[in-house]
Amino acid sequence: MDLSYGSEYDLFREEVRSFIREFKDKQPKADDGIKSQAMRDWQSLLVQHGYHSRTIPEAYGGFGAEPDIIKSRIIAEEFGAQRVHRGFNGQGVTMLTPVLLEMGTEEQKKTFIEPTIRAEMIWCQGYSEPGAGSDLASLTTKAELDGDDWVVNGQKIWTSTAHHADWIFCLVRTEPEAPKHLGISFLLFRMDTPGIEIRPLVDMTGDANFNEVFFTDVRVPKTQIVGERGQGWQVANAILGHERGSLATPDAALNRLNGVKRLMREESINGAPIMDNPIFRDRLMKLEGRALAMQYNDMRLLSAKINKNQDVRLAAMIVKLAGTELRHEIECLGIDVMGEIGLSYGDNPHLRGHGSWQYQYMFYLGLIIGGGTSQIQKNIISERGLDMPKEPKIPLKVAQAAPDGASREA
Amino acid sequence: MDFGLSQDQRLLDESLRKFLTSEVPLDSVRKLAAGESSDASIWQGLASMGLAGVLIPEAYGGAQLGMLDAVAIAEALGYAACPGPFMSTAVMASYYLEQAGATDPLAAMAAGTYRVGIAFSDAIGTRKGHIVEVDSALSGQSLFALDAEADAYLIGLGDGRVFMIEASEVVRTPLTTVDVTRSVCELTLNDTPACLVSSDPELLKQTLYRGRAIQAADTLGAAQYMLDEAVAYALERKQFNRVIGSFQAVKHMCAEMASQLEPCRAFVWYAGHAFDEAADEAALTACHAKAHLAEVGQFVAKTSTEVHGGMGFTDLVGLHYWFKRIGFNRQLLGSPEAVRQEAAVLDELRRP
Repeated sequence: MDLSYGSEYDLFREEVRSFIREFKDKQPKADDGIKSQAMRDWQSLLVQHGYHSRTIPEAYGGFGAEPDIIKSRIIAEEFGAQRVHRGFNGQGVTMLTPVLLEMGTEEQKKTFIEPTIRAEMIWCQGYSEPGAGSDLASLTTKAELDGDDWVVNGQKIWTSTAHHADWIFCLVRTEPEAPKHLGISFLLFRMDTPGIEIRPLVDMTGDANFNEVFFTDVRVPKTQIVGERGQGWQVANAILGHERGSLATPDAALNRLNGVKRLMREESINGAPIMDNPIFRDRLMKLEGRALAMQYNDMRLLSAKINKNQDVRLAAMIVKLAGTELRHEIECLGIDVMGEIGLSYGDNPHLRGHGSWQYQYMFYLGLIIGGGTSQIQKNIISERGLDMPKEPKIPLKVAQAAPDGASREA
Repeated sequence: MDFGLSQDQRLLDESLRKFLTSEVPLDSVRKLAAGESSDASIWQGLASMGLAGVLIPEAYGGAQLGMLDAVAIAEALGYAACPGPFMSTAVMASYYLEQAGATDPLAAMAAGTYRVGIAFSDAIGTRKGHIVEVDSALSGQSLFALDAEADAYLIGLGDGRVFMIEASEVVRTPLTTVDVTRSVCELTLNDTPACLVSSDPELLKQTLYRGRAIQAADTLGAAQYMLDEAVAYALERKQFNRVIGSFQAVKHMCAEMASQLEPCRAFVWYAGHAFDEAADEAALTACHAKAHLAEVGQFVAKTSTEVHGGMGFTDLVGLHYWFKRIGFNRQLLGSPEAVRQEAAVLDELRRP
């Protein structure tokens, strides 16, 4: 087992460090919004030096480097260690760009990728609907062809950044007669198109991290489709796979665990630090064991990407499930360490860590549900990881009759 | 960068698993349980593959491999619920004796003809019985000494000193535990002359940590077996005209086992690797691995048995041998709570 990156990467690490030393002061401040000039300038600087959109071809505005997982990791490590802004990584950057590279037309790549990675074009994702969550493919927002336009009607939900977004990539039903997975198309359109209404969705944290988006006769030029009519599900699945692992990074979990340790040294009951309480220590050590397991699992995943010498499909599939549940429990311990002070929220003067413990505790419950619930994850793990069969499909008529006993009798 | 087993380690693992499948089937465990055989012939077989001398230097006929090799071996042994004293003689005693410069027994140990048991209860935290030393003679009791068939024992005292004593010099009473695949015994000494091997308490601790890493690996293997069996059974057993593995209630139990167990593989590898290449992390990682695998192992042992329904509870499928092996690993060399307390202390020491 060799855990060093090799001396050939020392020079690269030094390059990254000297970039950070030279330009650190130019990074956006906490109150610079995602549309601020400071953010755009920083983004351009990162792309220009290859610290963002590193492998996107130059023809589409990227840095054009050959994929090198270790270099990407070194960039992440150095920026992380110095707490330097990684640049804007909205859904347009992380999810739409890879899809366009794979399935977009040359014109779409030329039009959309460069402004997206330069944070000049902000995107939101229109997938989930009130009636289509875990069963996403049952979505009903429809688009009908009228002349040269698609006419979109329906509603999306859980649309983060919709209020900032210039554009949306959106799943719509275009072939109502086709089987549900084959009737979906992937459209791109501007968020200022007439007929779009955005309503913030306040969640349990008190913030509106998400929105509802309503479409009434929204006209979209018919060329603004990625892939063919009815191919949208394939496109969407490619992106969802991209999203899941990123919701639960082990480094962040270990950072938060270190935060819990600091709290345990600082907080006390009757003058005795919580760290000296064996029950709390036991909970802490239990979570540290779990967090370490996820960290080494992550190292194994990285290694498998580089060497391609071991099968890590299962090890990758469990990350979202295990990682979000772990994080939720770490935040929970942070609250419990503080006892009643742990209840503090908002403007309470006794707040610790700017209220992050309660906030993250709730936010991670949201992440346990979002991006494929824990129950959906368990289906994926058992079906694709352990080769177990799908739950048999109930015939449609029976399924519709089931909630009402009388109609089943009839 | 390469996080995982090397080509050589994979080849060893492959041939070991082949050997275990053919030479140590469930029937051999059942014979052992019925008192119809001892683990001696199995140990000879493993020794012929070089396992008894895995950590012993080549100069004494050993394979001179590292702890990553040892945890990979332990995982395979756990998967097969293979009887024998791998952890005690091949890892703990071999390491201790070699480090202490007491090299005389090493050649015979590597050949598998001489087994050294481990009696460390006093040093870990004893619940009953203890040993005192007066003028290089030991008196008292040591419970749950590892390997009831050993030729000699390393006896660890509360102050960290370790003595060696021939089995023929002590009164040895085998102790029955739930796990028939590893034997333990009670040693009684009465002013028995013993040979001081080392007074270095750190060496005793380093030996203990290695044992814990091995236990973690053993539990990983045993739990992987139980998960594999659960999935296989769920795909075979039918109720309500369906294989039970098509019910989400059952699938989700399997997914939960996989979700907890799969990251443990990387954890155990790292725990082994740390002894070889990252010494300052080794103690903490081994304690964490042992405690974490104790919890995950317990969950998998229970859940896999439940997936098997009534059959899991019977002796017919023999699943309980793995259930009990996991239980054995949980308690020996420190319960998870005790080991986590130690981890907390090690963690504080590492704080910058």
